[in-house]
Amino acid sequence: MRLRLAPENTNYDFFKYQKVTFGGSMVLMVVALFLWAVMGLNFGIDFKGGTSIRTDSSQVIDVADYRAVLTDLSIGDVAITQVFDPSFSTDQHVAMIRIAALAGSEAITPETIERIERALKLFDPQISFTSVESVGPKVSQELIWSAILAMTGATIGILFYIWLRFEWQFAVGAVLALVHDVFITIGVFALFQIKFDLSIIAALLTILGYSINDTVVVFDRLRENLIKYKTMALRDVMNLSVNETLSRTLVTSTTTLVALISMLVLGGDVIRGFAFAIAFGVVLGTYSSVFVAKNIVLFMGVNRDGPKKPSGAGTQYADIDA
Amino acid sequence: MLQMPLWKRVMIWGICALGLIYSAPNFFYGRVENHNDAAKLIIAQQGVATGSQSEALAGWPSFLPSGLVNLGLDLRGGAHLLAEVQVSEVYEARMDVLWPDVRDALRPLRDEIGTLRRIAAPQGLLKIAISEAAGLEAALIAVRKLARPVSSITGIGQYDITVSGEGNEVTVGLSDAERLATDSRTLQQSLEIIRRRIDEVGTREPTIQRQGADRVLIQVPGIGSAAELKALIGTTAKLTFNAVVRRTASATEKLDPRMALLPSLNEPGIYYVVEKAPVVSGEALTDAQPSFDQNNRPAVNFRFNPSGARAFGDYTAANIGAPFAIVLDDEVISAPTIQSHIPGGSGIITGNFTLEESTNLALLLRAGALPAKMVFLEERTVGPELGQDSIDAGRMAAFVAMVAVVLFMWASYGLFGLFANLALALNMGLIFGFLSLIGGTLTLPGIAGIVLTIGMAVDANVLVFERIREELRSQKNPARAIELGYERALSAIVDANITTFITATVLFMAGSGPVRGFAVTLGVGIIASVFTAIYVTRAIISVWFAWRRPKTIIV
Repeated sequence: MRLRLAPENTNYDFFKYQKVTFGGSMVLMVVALFLWAVMGLNFGIDFKGGTSIRTDSSQVIDVADYRAVLTDLSIGDVAITQVFDPSFSTDQHVAMIRIAALAGSEAITPETIERIERALKLFDPQISFTSVESVGPKVSQELIWSAILAMTGATIGILFYIWLRFEWQFAVGAVLALVHDVFITIGVFALFQIKFDLSIIAALLTILGYSINDTVVVFDRLRENLIKYKTMALRDVMNLSVNETLSRTLVTSTTTLVALISMLVLGGDVIRGFAFAIAFGVVLGTYSSVFVAKNIVLFMGVNRDGPKKPSGAGTQYADIDA
Repeated sequence: MLQMPLWKRVMIWGICALGLIYSAPNFFYGRVENHNDAAKLIIAQQGVATGSQSEALAGWPSFLPSGLVNLGLDLRGGAHLLAEVQVSEVYEARMDVLWPDVRDALRPLRDEIGTLRRIAAPQGLLKIAISEAAGLEAALIAVRKLARPVSSITGIGQYDITVSGEGNEVTVGLSDAERLATDSRTLQQSLEIIRRRIDEVGTREPTIQRQGADRVLIQVPGIGSAAELKALIGTTAKLTFNAVVRRTASATEKLDPRMALLPSLNEPGIYYVVEKAPVVSGEALTDAQPSFDQNNRPAVNFRFNPSGARAFGDYTAANIGAPFAIVLDDEVISAPTIQSHIPGGSGIITGNFTLEESTNLALLLRAGALPAKMVFLEERTVGPELGQDSIDAGRMAAFVAMVAVVLFMWASYGLFGLFANLALALNMGLIFGFLSLIGGTLTLPGIAGIVLTIGMAVDANVLVFERIREELRSQKNPARAIELGYERALSAIVDANITTFITATVLFMAGSGPVRGFAVTLGVGIIASVFTAIYVTRAIISVWFAWRRPKTIIV
């Protein structure tokens, strides 16, 4: 007996509750944008500049004590958070200290870092500094730009490729679904004020990659079925295509999620934000390829006697039949 | 039919075997690393090996590949610095060098232009005032004769300096082409000097790279902190010997443009007025060693090359009784009085050094001065313990993910699931094999990329298996169903993976450091997973099919 995530022959109408599913998605997207605008993102030093120090001590950490020690140094805005992780040993206590970049100073002052380290060492002799990172404001500005460039570059690349291989409506639908995934993920980062740094950008790009992967599989079946059932209504062809690929969608999402949850739980706290962003994006990406991307294509309609005929470039690939 | 031609089967299994062989060293990381280190050392010692070295060498057979996946700084621990070289400083120095030439070129024109003097100018420019404005044209022509063609590929047909005049002022500056060429040279020199300084300390595999027009990326694994690294490479270490005009306690003294006011290193509040043009500079040094002066305080011994020795000898012979300043990075270390003619070309620098400072100074002087100052834009230090924790956690996560996916695939697709699992294992081997082959770097996000690949790699197989299931409903012939399944799933597999590959490429181009490591594992993972799904599982299924000849199959 095989494990089946979806029954053999499904015939769900994925447009039946479209007001709730698609509409809800759009509302969520607007909410996410609103959260992003109002609450802002908790930028890490990569984007804001500043210094971040990770401390490790066998003594129990009292964040208030650390703050008192550091306030005496008058080094400006200091944020201290204690880090908890199941992979730590029982007498391992980790904290992250973040110091905002001083306005106008281009280079990082090693003296400041040294003063902080000395002060903390005096307070807790057991302490060690397992990672110290500083980013100057000049570089952080550039990193923001390169992040934005990377996101737009990837989106345009995908848009272009889908347009080349499918119809333009598919490209628009796929890309809007991607924008939906990315914005809502960013909204969640704004809502919970999770640290947003360079690795999160990498995660967002991965979400782009995963979500488009999922959408393309549905679109590929749609392309095939549009040729096969020339007279069926577009909406029905879409439902048929999603139903046919449903089992695959669920299996792949499950294996990917299983792997990511393992990373999320066991991968350590350094990578947690990154793993969380990808895991969240995978769920969202699966959802959007079933409930968002094709709805947009349906709104725009597809030219079914267009230049792309059955024998067109899209359907036949190199013959691997050996 | 399902059969594959022999050459195709040979190629598929050959690639898998190569992948596995090349990935093998990574399973014995420590041993292979020792083997490689020993091999390198033995070559350095002209083939003579010590006992422990030959033991380390024997730890890994030399007929097997010994390439390893490099561990990124976030996994190994070490320091990372991004520095900006202040290239415009060099323009200033060029103008100082140019000034005597300009003066000599204008002197014969005294009748036309009257007297001339250098006046204060914005950074990187040389301004000369002449007393007769009518002679400006003649002065410009004379100075323009000093221009030389730029010696770079992009600057062909252009001259190195631009000369312009207004009223009674001649302004000389570097042309854009020459600036570009100079910047590039400055950066090359900086890279070279940094490399020499880091090599002097003798650490393993530092990365010293040029980034963009004026930046240098330095990554040194295993160093304790970025501050340590900065102390080593952050100092310009420009040593000069200058004639002292006078000693003063005022920091705001009015100066002749040929003079410079420099603070004293060890006497707070004391300044020296020195001549800008040095008697001898650090380039003339051939050696510098830490030593002790007659009072047994740490000092640095140095030796000049012949031309430096001659210049120093002549100067000391002519200026007995006058003080001269030993200047390091615009600070006067000491200003001794010349007691006698110093002909030998060697000397000693004394100051209030600690032993560590004198050792460091000697090292910096030996490696040479940086052509320009560096400003640090980014610095990161990761402790080795944190890196090891990350490796352990990543390994654990990957292992659990693998087991879970394998079980899930087995439960979902039975025997075919097991085929996919075998392909997944080969896939991991291919990823590591390829990374070792190209000397790729594994970072913490890279490990996450591998874990993600474990989850996503089965996707191509899932697509095929689901398709076979569908075909089985209308096709009674299992061989035909499998074949159709592969054929019809192909366009989805290719399109889906190319789009993901596009994002991996963008990540690689736009990202830096750890993110780039992630892009590499993701990209390699995509290629490997498509290969294993389209070819490897297919080859496995064809072998199985030929062996069992099943009448019906259940996927």
